[in-house]
Amino acid sequence: MNKEPVAVVGIGQTKHVAARHDVSIAGLVREAAVRALADAELTWADIDAVVIGKAPDFFEGVMMPELYLADALGAVGKPMLRVHTAGSVGGSTALVAANLVAARVHRTVLTLAFEKQSESNAMWGLSLPVPFQQPLLAGAGGFFAPHVRAYMRRTGAPDAVGSLVAYKDRRNALKNPYAHLHEHDITLEKVQASPMLWDPIRYSETCPSSDGACAMVLTGRAGAARSPKPPAWVHGGAMRSEPTLFAGKDFVSPQAGRDCAADVYRQAGITDPRREIDAVEMYVPFSWYEPMWLENLGFAEEGEGWKLTEAGVTELDGDLPVNPSGGVLSTNPIGASGMIRFAEAALQVRGQAGEHQVPGARRAMGHAYGGGAQFFAMWLVGAQEPTG
Amino acid sequence: MTGPRTSRYARDVAVVAFAQSDHLRRTDELSEVEMVMPVLHEVLAATGLKAGEIGFTCSGSSDYLAGRAFSFTMTLDGVGAWPPISESHVEMDGAWALYEAWVKIQTGEADTALVYSYGKSSPGSLRDVLTRQLDPYYLAPLWPDAVALAALQAQALVDAGETDESALAAIAARSRADAAANPHAQLRGAVPQGDYQVRPLRTGDCPPVGDGAAAVVLAAGDLARQLCERPAWITGIDHRIEAHGPGLRDLTDSASTRIAAQHAGVFDAPVDTAELHAPFSSQEVVLRKALGLGGSGTDSGSGTDSGFGAVAVNPSGGALAANPMMAAGLIRIGEAAARIHRGASDRAVAHATSGPCLQQNLVAVLEGDPR
Repeated sequence: MNKEPVAVVGIGQTKHVAARHDVSIAGLVREAAVRALADAELTWADIDAVVIGKAPDFFEGVMMPELYLADALGAVGKPMLRVHTAGSVGGSTALVAANLVAARVHRTVLTLAFEKQSESNAMWGLSLPVPFQQPLLAGAGGFFAPHVRAYMRRTGAPDAVGSLVAYKDRRNALKNPYAHLHEHDITLEKVQASPMLWDPIRYSETCPSSDGACAMVLTGRAGAARSPKPPAWVHGGAMRSEPTLFAGKDFVSPQAGRDCAADVYRQAGITDPRREIDAVEMYVPFSWYEPMWLENLGFAEEGEGWKLTEAGVTELDGDLPVNPSGGVLSTNPIGASGMIRFAEAALQVRGQAGEHQVPGARRAMGHAYGGGAQFFAMWLVGAQEPTG
Repeated sequence: MTGPRTSRYARDVAVVAFAQSDHLRRTDELSEVEMVMPVLHEVLAATGLKAGEIGFTCSGSSDYLAGRAFSFTMTLDGVGAWPPISESHVEMDGAWALYEAWVKIQTGEADTALVYSYGKSSPGSLRDVLTRQLDPYYLAPLWPDAVALAALQAQALVDAGETDESALAAIAARSRADAAANPHAQLRGAVPQGDYQVRPLRTGDCPPVGDGAAAVVLAAGDLARQLCERPAWITGIDHRIEAHGPGLRDLTDSASTRIAAQHAGVFDAPVDTAELHAPFSSQEVVLRKALGLGGSGTDSGSGTDSGFGAVAVNPSGGALAANPMMAAGLIRIGEAAARIHRGASDRAVAHATSGPCLQQNLVAVLEGDPR
């Protein structure tokens, strides 16, 4: 069946910070939306539908907040959808919006994801009360640390690899004006000397807790033709899910992640991701997930991901830059983090990434995951309209 | 085979199976996944499909009802998502999960979809919980609950001369009388109107609070015909939202329902059935007006409303008979589809709502092949 090609023609983000005390939740989302519209040189009247995503409602203490946000997002009289797929939600939300255009249900869609984590405490919001979870499994770090350790054991990766990722991402963030953490005095020694939080994950190897929003305007071929800036074209997009826990689950390299990437590559005609993809924005909330996902996404052979990181391949000037924006390690409004990955990938192929631009990026990947490493959402965007 | 009569989309997509739980005041002995799983098994068995053969799966639920973050990750266990599946979730009524799945099928990326939704209201105080759904700065601090807000709407209707307490009581009585034939309903037969909950709404004007789940299978084109003897083709579907603040809206009307109905093609041809997600008796009055169904709602829903072309409104008993949160809207689509499946309807409108005083509304038109 003949789908409408989907293009990203507008991108807007807030400056991500620990606490946006100066704005309401509505003010936060509207800021990103207005910037996306301005980037596309469109107005609210050009938007046919709004697709919004965020992680658990407990983070702000508002049940189904999209109902209250309809006014601020110009959705009155229009369709509005609310997606929630755990940490992958920012990516899933963009894909749901893209499908509305691809199916020719709507011409131009505003998609937005946010989290205002300063309204609550995300770590405890993610921790179930005893007896449903053991008392020391606090927050996402407690859940993922054993899987990081399993990766280290399985591959024999040296202990320092995690700190290299954190050091790289925090330096990349200095080139991204929207990034939350701007640690101008960061050194590798400081990362390695930071306190151990969830062994083997140190404080400086974890994501911050951020307030922020990210928005994109998606449209079809006709809308792209009117776009004042180069559009980013969606060459492939997919979601995959698997259960949280089951006998035989591979937490280090989940099958759902591998299947999701394979689907995206098939749609985009990618046969050698390492060579054919110019930049990757992957969801790395704890530093070790960079080498883990490099393998899961097919950029490295099994057991070899850490070698790419160690060799500097994933640096901004390496041959496979990973998280040129600074990534989740520098900015983490949880519900928005996936969409920021997708939007940053689009910025790269539009040539609009500013100081953290990968020169000549033609194809970039956005990646998000969530839950117990069980929900995956990915897209691959390109500078040129897809041919197939 | 010719397609459905009035389809306006790239692909013909139909509801080919529907299943729901019995809706109960409490289900303390069941986890959410235990509540959902039999419904999933039933709906898949009706089509002969296995979970792994479904092209796309989408669910709707609310963490606030479950009282924990990411509650939907547990119910995914009821699907059996292994090997991994293409799957998504909306923090909305399952009717919107169905919409997302329908869009997915329209892209051509899937030919079938499993849609499910569920809600357990029994663990908490639903009236209090729903106040957390309101504008957190200006409205939620006042703790106006869903019944109080619906009562404001009902009073506006009474003041405008659009209904009165006896007419509302008749809607409630008709719904529960029709629900006598619905084995899944929570309130069936004669139910006393009772005392005022919030004037002018009495207990009988309000939906029962309870737990329940529902599931639907969608399929495209000839596959739908293979899976179902008489598919319920979705010939139109659209949804719209309105301003959040009840003070910013004309509560006696539902502009969003009317716009959605226009886009879904409700007014292009007569309907014989309407399944309306009207949790409060007064909201049926609003929805009848917006959908052009006419009538006061006081006559039987079984098709004898002589003045209005015999439209059967909520023959299942509607949300006044069973209102499991996050599922009651999907159930309206399922009930309308089931009537088409068994030949009791040829063209039906199904409606779902969300938010205070019908803030957000979805409208679908379902049609059977000509007989």
